[in-house]
Amino acid sequence: MATRHDTAALPSKGGAAPGRPPGGSAKDQDERRRARLSRRWQRDMRWSPYAFVAPFFLLFLAFGLFPLIYTGWASLHQVELTAPTDMNWVGLRNYTRIFDDDFFWNAAKNTLTIGIISTVPQLLMAMGIAHILNYKLRASTFYRVAMLAPYATSIAAASLVFVLLFGRDYGMINWALDFVGIDPVDWQGEKWPSQIAVSTIIIWRWTGYNALIYLAAMQAIPQDLYESAALDGASRWQQFLHVTLPSLRPTILFTAVVSTIGASQVFGEPLLFDANKGASGGAEHQFQTLGLYLYEQGWVNQHLGRASAIAWTMFLILIVIGIINYVISRRLRASS
Amino acid sequence: MRARTLPLSRQRSGGGTPIARKALAIAAVVSLGTGLLAGCADDGGDDESGSSSGEGKTTITLGLFGTMGFKEAGLYAEYEKLNPDIKIAENVVERNENYYPALVNHLTTNSGLMDVQAIEVANIAEVVGTQADKFTDMSKVEGVNKADWLDWKWQQATTKDGQTIGLGTDVGPMAICYRKDLFEKAGLPTDREEVGKLWAGDWNKFIETGRKYKKAAGKDTFFMDSPGGLLNAVLSSEKQKFYDASGEVIYKSNPAVKDAFDLTAGAAKDGLVQSQTQFQPAWDQTIANNKFATVACPPWMLGYLKGKSQPDAAGKWDVAVAPKSGNWGGSFLGVPKSGKNVEEAQKLVAWLTAPEQQAKLFKVQGSFPSSQAAYDSPEVTGAKNEMTGDAPIGEIFSEAAKQIPVQVIGPKDQIIQQGLTDNGVILVTKGKSAAEAWETATKTIDNNLDK
Repeated sequence: MATRHDTAALPSKGGAAPGRPPGGSAKDQDERRRARLSRRWQRDMRWSPYAFVAPFFLLFLAFGLFPLIYTGWASLHQVELTAPTDMNWVGLRNYTRIFDDDFFWNAAKNTLTIGIISTVPQLLMAMGIAHILNYKLRASTFYRVAMLAPYATSIAAASLVFVLLFGRDYGMINWALDFVGIDPVDWQGEKWPSQIAVSTIIIWRWTGYNALIYLAAMQAIPQDLYESAALDGASRWQQFLHVTLPSLRPTILFTAVVSTIGASQVFGEPLLFDANKGASGGAEHQFQTLGLYLYEQGWVNQHLGRASAIAWTMFLILIVIGIINYVISRRLRASS
Repeated sequence: MRARTLPLSRQRSGGGTPIARKALAIAAVVSLGTGLLAGCADDGGDDESGSSSGEGKTTITLGLFGTMGFKEAGLYAEYEKLNPDIKIAENVVERNENYYPALVNHLTTNSGLMDVQAIEVANIAEVVGTQADKFTDMSKVEGVNKADWLDWKWQQATTKDGQTIGLGTDVGPMAICYRKDLFEKAGLPTDREEVGKLWAGDWNKFIETGRKYKKAAGKDTFFMDSPGGLLNAVLSSEKQKFYDASGEVIYKSNPAVKDAFDLTAGAAKDGLVQSQTQFQPAWDQTIANNKFATVACPPWMLGYLKGKSQPDAAGKWDVAVAPKSGNWGGSFLGVPKSGKNVEEAQKLVAWLTAPEQQAKLFKVQGSFPSSQAAYDSPEVTGAKNEMTGDAPIGEIFSEAAKQIPVQVIGPKDQIIQQGLTDNGVILVTKGKSAAEAWETATKTIDNNLDK
């Protein structure tokens, strides 16, 4: 491009002023070069940033936006996994059927209850653990790494171990309950025990992660706040309630939002917890989550159109939850 | 000199000109972008370097599931010795539930396929019905002789216009394996002839025997391993189960299905079967703890029992003829058209499924030949199994294989059967009534079948 500019400009200038002294032309040339460099620089400044962010957007286009739109398109069709290019237009039928699809609403309810059973104790425990770790302890790094160990374990490995622990006939938990005189619980077959068991896997995995986030936020709280509180005669518990908790408010909000999103997408744990090794989430779908139902429709039953509609409905539900979260957090911020 | 005229931000100690830098940036973007696109592109491509390893050898890849045993039986090594230019590599997924969706995905996009793909009998109808154009016709391969195979096995992998997409490897002719020691304790006969006579020809008699067993044996052990195993055994001996010959789903109106369901539910209600799902860890442990007296038993089940049993269980089992013969399990090997070494792959499949190799596979792995030509071979007629002592299992299973009905199979057999088992009869063992279980099962199945 630069060379073409040079060759195009020179003859016309030379033709218009043939008798110019050589010194002036050199100065002219220098000016032109500067102008050229300046233009190039401007172009560089304007376009380079786009080039630098392009990789992300190309990736997003290929693996984010395109699948999203394609899923939306597929959800308006009857498509089978055995012939994904063979689409049959059905309009909104895949969406309207969701309204009276008992299995969908059952999965939605399970997702909600498992979400609550797993998230609430998880965040409470994480807060407590972070508070303890915040004290000066011997080998504190060891405890912190240990806290994060479950997070670094694969879901599959953890779930399989928990399946054994929660086994009805030979599981360790029922064996322990037997000592205290409690009859064996069918952890996989009954509704609430199974949901509690699935939630346990989630809690085990994520508590340490949240505890570390809380710990980091706690360590950012200025020490003098505690000192002045102590001077005012506040006990440890009062310090926790009136200094630590208010300072952690944004962090708590963050973990709550992230956990909500995580809870709405629970998939691996219930899939691997199923005694039948299917995707139906138990014999009576007692712990089938939305993610699992989506998988069952798409990959087990091979109805891609229905699965796509479920995916989009999940997406819309998540947006609604996001808006509710936003409103609550604004209220909280306004009140503080 | 020139550097001084440049703005401060552009002054650098070294490196290329702005053009070079921009070119670098563009190059980076382009290479990232093309790398990305290449990642999405057809990976079943035609470049030969991908499929052939060094030294000019051709590598044939096999996509398998479970334990098909070709490697364990030394067949790859033997073939490589016979064909020095060939190298064989297998890629095994443990469970067919995980293997099959990926296979369908690869077939529909026609990419990522191995040179040879295994197909389970539960999926063969669907693959034959929807993906046949992706496979080569194995009946035309040199050395393949249709008469070698059991007729029903051959038909299962053949389309209406006569294209055979896969060659049968093994079949699962079903008998009943029973514990001699537990039968003796319960006052039942232990001789396999007499045991077979207890229930010959009728599954109801089998359940009757179970009631007798329970009365004598009490609560410590169960008559049979699981409701799913019983339902599967009864259904597989029917000529028609979930589909009729025209391809219509008839599972709800077919009296044979409802009868089998009710029979199993009755057995579950009376506590004749364990409240277990087959092949799950808890079920495995009931094998190790000798908790049940009978199990529907294709030859490969003996291998499974051996794997999960304590050493002292060896020889305590025996094999009796089932009330009615049926087939449980078995696979096919097909060669996709898009493979890199189609011709060599076909030769390998023809060799692996030939009678001699099937007989060898049976001897090592217990996979029963689908080739009736192998039934007279000494490997089959003289077969014994560690678990069953001196029982002539080869003869018993050959006899069962010949009596298996030509069953109508359909594309969604697996979904229907899984619904009846995992969302149906298992519930009866947990205190639900048969009617409630049937309701849950049919509701689940109908939702799963609805496109």
